[in-house]
This record gives sequence, structure tokens and C-alpha cells, in this order.
Amino acid sequence: MTLTGALATGPEVPAGERVIDIHDLRMRYGTKDVLTGVTFAARRGEVLALLGPNGAGKTTTIEILEGFRMRSSGDVRVLGVDPASGGERWRSRVGVVLQSWRDHGKWRVAELLEHLGRYYRPYSTPEADRPWPVGDLLEVVGLTAQAGVRVSRLSGGQRRRLDVAIGIVGRPELLFLDEPTVGFDPAARREFHDLVHRLTDVDDTTILLTTHDLDEAEKLADRIVILSGGRIIADGSADELSRLVSRESEIRWTRDGQRFVHSAEQATPFVRELLVQYGDDVTELEVRRTSLEDTYMRLVRDFEGST
Amino acid sequence: MFETVRIGAARGRIELRQTLTTPLDLWGYLFPTLILLVVLFFMRDATIPGTDFSLGASTLPGMLGMNLAFGGLITIAQLLVVEREDGTLLRAKATPNGMSGYLVGKVIAVGGMTLVSVLAVLIPGALLVDGLETGPGTWLTLLWLLPLALLATMPIGAALGSIFESPRAFPVIMLPLFGLIAISGIFYPITAMPGWIQGVAQVFPLYWLGLGMRSAFLPDALAAVELTGSWRTLETFGVLVAWAVAGLALAPALLRRMARRESGSAVAARRERMMSTVGR
Repeated sequence: MTLTGALATGPEVPAGERVIDIHDLRMRYGTKDVLTGVTFAARRGEVLALLGPNGAGKTTTIEILEGFRMRSSGDVRVLGVDPASGGERWRSRVGVVLQSWRDHGKWRVAELLEHLGRYYRPYSTPEADRPWPVGDLLEVVGLTAQAGVRVSRLSGGQRRRLDVAIGIVGRPELLFLDEPTVGFDPAARREFHDLVHRLTDVDDTTILLTTHDLDEAEKLADRIVILSGGRIIADGSADELSRLVSRESEIRWTRDGQRFVHSAEQATPFVRELLVQYGDDVTELEVRRTSLEDTYMRLVRDFEGST
Repeated sequence: MFETVRIGAARGRIELRQTLTTPLDLWGYLFPTLILLVVLFFMRDATIPGTDFSLGASTLPGMLGMNLAFGGLITIAQLLVVEREDGTLLRAKATPNGMSGYLVGKVIAVGGMTLVSVLAVLIPGALLVDGLETGPGTWLTLLWLLPLALLATMPIGAALGSIFESPRAFPVIMLPLFGLIAISGIFYPITAMPGWIQGVAQVFPLYWLGLGMRSAFLPDALAAVELTGSWRTLETFGVLVAWAVAGLALAPALLRRMARRESGSAVAARRERMMSTVGR
């Protein structure tokens, strides 16, 4: 099965709604080709997850889109502008969540957000009131209690939330999240996911995220783009991708204290039949499509096998 | 543009306040004072040969000049290298006009730090030694010398900071500077050096900063022990302006190159390298 042909272009996004628009992006370091023709688009308000094995070119792609790296060739438009010559107004509309290490250690949390917010004030528009008021922002990321704490004294999770706060202080139209929840405990992860939903619901922010956590991708992303070997090997919603790999669903149930598992292409008739036959004896009934993890592994393996 | 300068100035003030409330940084300002005290202790009875003028008093202005050079060259270079490694610069790059604001802030913060480090030596020093002369001439000299000193050193310091990739390269900058201190007439009269060393010392701003400070704080009669027997105010001005011009011509291109290369993976790679050396 080849997945790269028709799928590489992904679902058609009307040109006017493309917040990100990449066509045939190529990147070469010396003699090594890292990206060999990447094409995809993102629509306003969409959460797009960029997945792929290490070394697939995710970071390179995202850094080109952020305007931090020059590309070798290809057409790239981010918010209608070529990021290689973005300019400061363009920069004010883009948010980048960086992995902090120990920068600004002497600054106090609220002081730093207040300061960084000031850079966005000249770019405030009637649609987007910039910057985000520090008090509200601290509340959104759950750092109100740490407002007066020096950045160097924050815990890892708190620092990460500060990174997110810095990324969104200018109320970006497009937000880049590179592995946002590495090192989060499950509670912090859940809170972060709620925050992402709030951003897309309230502000119509478009989000491009990379992650290795496939559950996270499935929960957050409207669409998933899989990058492998320097090109897009699949592009679609989690459902669409799983249908691509397998039409079968997995049905699990318990009867007489015994657990059963069955795979079927058509789950509905099978379950109807099952219930007609056994009725209330069937308990703990579950119908699941192939998980994103299975889909992902299958797609990447097939692709690597074919090259 | 004006707004960016204002934000950058605010950044500089915040950083200055932070450094003045951080114990480790304060130690950095007071350490030269300690050196001065030690130097003065050993010089307590010495006079400039052929005069009865205190050697300590004649050394103090040179130390002020040295502090100016340290602040302008080393502090800014170090900060650029460290803050590139820790991702501060990348954050600036991710912010609209952030890089300009960052640089304005750095100039103000480092200018302030340098001034503080000069005062940290001057105030206790003035109480300890006899013979410093302060009058309208002193303040007039400082009025042009201090800004020119920063203008002559900071762009060069920034250029150095943008070239070196890692804090481990600091010795490469520091060693030549220590050599320069030794030959620039700060602690030991330049007139006692061989002619070619005098020539080398006079190429660099350090000697002229020391000379300028001596011209501000010492009685005019002491110009007699300098090279050519004068304070050479015009030459001081000329050499410092030349360094300022060279620095301002060189620094913007190097800083732009540095900024262009910043990216998340560049910072991550540096962090990785640093972690692996620390772990070893």
C-alpha cells in the first residue's frame, strides 16, 4: 500500500483560510537531504499535530515555519507571509513556545510577562487586544500564586507553563508548540490540554504542535500530519488515518465472567447479532477503532519498508 | 523604533536592579575593590620615583580605566555568550523587535554595571589614598571620557561575544586582556617597558582609558611621568573614537549573523553539549 501519493497533499483547504501553506518544501544540509518535498496546509482555528520518528525533519520543518531557519527551496506561507522575510509585524502575530532552560532566571514571573508583553502593544488591533493582561494570563496558565517568584525558583512544570504563557502573551493567531508536555505529570498534562482547547475555542488560535505522545495528539489535534524520511506520509484526522490502515474495529465484551475479543469490518451488525444472541449476559461492551498508536506504527513501518 | 528603545531601556533598568540585588553579582563588583585594597596595602609607603606623590593615588585612576575596559569588553561579551547558550536571545528573537530591545537593554544594563564597578573602586579608594585632585576639570573630563569609553569598548565586546560559541572560550578572551593590563601602565609604569611593548599597548583602548582617568584625577604636574610628558588628551580622544568607529562598523553585521543563527535546535544542541561536559 502506498500512502504517499494522493494523501501527501491532504484535505483541500481553501486558499483564503490557509494559515500555514507549504508546498514542496526542501531542506538540505551539505549533502544530506532532511526534507524532500513537504506539502501541507493548516486552516484557521485548527489544531494540527506533526508526528514522526526522531530525525524525520519535524524540528527543521517547524523552525522554518517559525522563521528561525532558512529553507533550501519550496514555497512557504505563514499567515500569508514568507517567514524568511517575516518582519516584526508578522512576528507579533506568531507565538512560539520554547523549551526553556535557565534563561531570565533572575526575573520575577509577572515582571517578565509584563515586560515581554510590552513589545506587542504597538501591534494591538481591534480584533486582538495585545498583549494579554498579565493577571488574566497567569490565571489561564495557573501561575497566579507564583507571580512574584523568581523564574529560577520555579519547578519544571511551572517553568513549562511559563513558557506557554510567554508564547501566548501577544495573543498570537498562530502558535507553535514543540513537544509541549515533556516532563508533565498527568494532572499538569490534563490542565495543559484544557488550556489548548480554550485557546482554540475562545481566540480561534491556530496551533501546530509536535509530540511523541500519541494519546495527546489524538486528544488535541483536529488533524494529524505524519512526517517520515523528510516527507509527509499521511495527513488527516485520527479517524481517517486509522481507516486508512485498517477497516476493522475491535469489539470486546464479557460474558459469564469471560472476556472476549473479536475483530470485524462491520462492527454494528456484529454487535446487534451478539446482543440478540446473548442479551443482558453481555457486559462491559467496547467497540474500538484501531488506536492512533497502532495506526502510526503501521504507517511509519510501511513507509520505511517501502524505501 | 522609539517604543523599542523605551522598552529596551526598561529592560536595562530591570536587569540593573536585579544584578544589584543578587549577592553573587555584588561580590563581582566588590572584588576589584578588594584587589585595590591589597594593592594599596603593598604600596602604602611608596611614592612615584623622584616625587613625594603617593604611588597608590597614581594607581587608582588606572584601575578605574581598567574597570571601564572590563565592563565594556568582557561583561557584554560574557553576557552575550551566556544568554545565547541559555536561550535568552532566542526568546528575544521570537518577540517582535525583541532583538533590538534586548541590545538596548544590554547597553544600558552593562553601562550601569560598569559605572557601579567604577564607583565601587573610586569611593573607597578616594577615602584611602591622598593626593587625588577633583575639580571642574575632573567632571568635564569624565563627562566625555565615560561615554566614549563605553562607546569604544561595548561594540567590540559585543562583536567578541557574538563570535564565541561557548562560555568555555572565555579564557581565549581573558588571557590577552590580562596581558594587556600588564603592559598598559595600570599597575606598572609604561615608561619602564621596552619601546615595542609601549607601541603595542598604545594600539588598544586600555592604555588610553587609564591615561584619561589619570588626567582627570591627578594633578597636572604628574603628566611629566607619562609618555611624552603630557596627558595627550587629543590622542586619547582620537584613539577611543577610532575604536568606537571600528566597533560600530563591525558589531551590527556580527550581531545580525549571530541572531540569524539562533533557533530552538541550536539552543538545544548547546545545552546538550554543556550537559555532557558537566556530566563527565
